[in-house]
Amino acid sequence: MANLVVSGIILGSIITLGAVGLTLLYGIVNFGNFAHGDMMTLGAYIALLMTATIFPALGLVDTPIGPLSFGWVMLVSFLPAMGVTGLAAIAADRLVYRRLRERRVRPIMLAIAALAVAFVMRSVIYILWGADFHFYSQGLRTTWKLPLGITLRPDQVVVLVVAWAMVVGLYTFLQRTKTGKALRALADNPDLARVSGIATERMITLTWFIGGAMAAAAGILLGIDSQVRPEMGWLMLLPLFAAVILGGIGNAYGALAGGLILGVVQQVSTAFMSPSYKPAVAFIIMILVLLVRPQGIFGGSKSS
Amino acid sequence: MTENGSGRLLEVADVVSGYGEMEILHGVTLHVDRGEIVSLIGPNGAGKSTVIKTIFGLVPAWSGQVVFDGEPITALPPEQIVRRGISYVPQVENIFPSLTVEENLEMGAYLREDDFRPQMERIYQMFPEIADRRRTPAGKLSGGMRQMVAFGRAMMLEPQMLLLDEPSAGLAPLVVELIFETVVNINRQAGVTILMVEQNARKALEISHRGYVLVDGRNRVEGTGRELLANEEIGRLFLGG
Ligand SMILES: Nc1ncnc2c1ncn2[C@@H]1O[C@H](COP(=O)(O)OP(=O)(O)OP(=O)(O)O)[C@@H](O)[C@H]1O
Ligand SMILES: [Mg+2]
Repeated sequence: MANLVVSGIILGSIITLGAVGLTLLYGIVNFGNFAHGDMMTLGAYIALLMTATIFPALGLVDTPIGPLSFGWVMLVSFLPAMGVTGLAAIAADRLVYRRLRERRVRPIMLAIAALAVAFVMRSVIYILWGADFHFYSQGLRTTWKLPLGITLRPDQVVVLVVAWAMVVGLYTFLQRTKTGKALRALADNPDLARVSGIATERMITLTWFIGGAMAAAAGILLGIDSQVRPEMGWLMLLPLFAAVILGGIGNAYGALAGGLILGVVQQVSTAFMSPSYKPAVAFIIMILVLLVRPQGIFGGSKSS
Repeated sequence: MTENGSGRLLEVADVVSGYGEMEILHGVTLHVDRGEIVSLIGPNGAGKSTVIKTIFGLVPAWSGQVVFDGEPITALPPEQIVRRGISYVPQVENIFPSLTVEENLEMGAYLREDDFRPQMERIYQMFPEIADRRRTPAGKLSGGMRQMVAFGRAMMLEPQMLLLDEPSAGLAPLVVELIFETVVNINRQAGVTILMVEQNARKALEISHRGYVLVDGRNRVEGTGRELLANEEIGRLFLGG
């Protein structure tokens, strides 16, 4: 059980990283980005392209650091993967969402468009990489045996550290910098942001980049924790939304706790039922929250 | 400033505008001189807010002209107009509720590249109540204090002119008093020219140099605050007496 809690915290940290991007985007563009899971997948595959193809072609083959199954090449690959996924998110905005936004369509139409974007992204991944699953490294996966029957892989420690470093980094950016505050202002009151001289479209572009980059990082971490598969992100979509709703939609702090709770509950549920029911667990949590406390467990009055 | 701070600052000439297909303003003409407080009064739905929004570029003018400080601003978007020295305080939703008081003021200074701390301190001196609540989310404040945050945000760019849309709406009588005093202070001490829409027509005219009465998307009467207060028809229609 303790072991399931630990692996739940690791999974929960990955969910959190995706969920904070999702909730930030929701606040700025006002629709649920159903392509968020597939942006995670895209990021994971671009990192795979870097570690398996591009860096080796340049003569850089990854050698594991200490007890880890990967080394610097893997870590450096985060940057191009995050950058390219961020740019892909901006491209989707320019090609699809912005056009719809200019026509002032309802948020539900944008969310459905995002679903279409998700299908396109996943199809491209199937075409380029096929349906097989991949591992980032062939290196041995060491396992530490800790008290209380907890097993932990050194890789998972890295997953935890990277996920939380990024989440803390994003929060610091939102709380401390002028641009971060302007993003929060825009989420709070778009009309007033505009009359204050905040350039809305530029901020939307920036938000897509941040959301895409954070999703990519979450995808890579998920790939490190398990494996890289075309539907890895799609299957995360339900837990991501459940985490966001649990925390109160648009509430950035709520998403933190929501992500962790989702991860732990999903993992612990596998002690009682087949792991294939994990998505159902997320779904049940989401429905329960919507029925009982639609503003989320941390939501105050402002949840619109 | 030209001519010792006197002269025409804002000129609205025969402006027509509306929403979608619906024409709301059928030709509004008004002007505000430097240093003045001018009130725009009129019945509900007359188009008062629309006049302010059209001046500020939030609603595009279909025809007519808006000139600020000698230059036409008719076709400019709000983010350009605000750079020229006009700030706007909307009628509703005029703060960032989840941002702290201080962050609200910082967002008011978003376009400033220079050090805005001195102006922030001046605003805190003008509104000591909100100075004590710098770290409180603005949405948690009382109505009167929110209005001060809204004024403060608009003042951060040290504008030449403020457009105020019903600053006293929905506030308790004592607070209304305070808001009008504040408007006078901003005008006298900070030297800011003010165009203000008000439901509280009598009070607004009492502190105004001049006023306009807007009915059905047209300005019907113009006069000094005193003249309008003395006008019997206006008294009957808008001043409740
Ligand atoms: N965004 C909008 N879209 C369509 N019609 C609008 C919009 N805003 C206002 N109107 C209409 O324009 C007319 C004038 O509205 P406006 O808000 O300018 O009036 P007002 O004089 O400010 O009234 P109030 O005293 O209620 O604030 C009203 O008939 C209103 O229904
Ligand atoms: Mg109005």
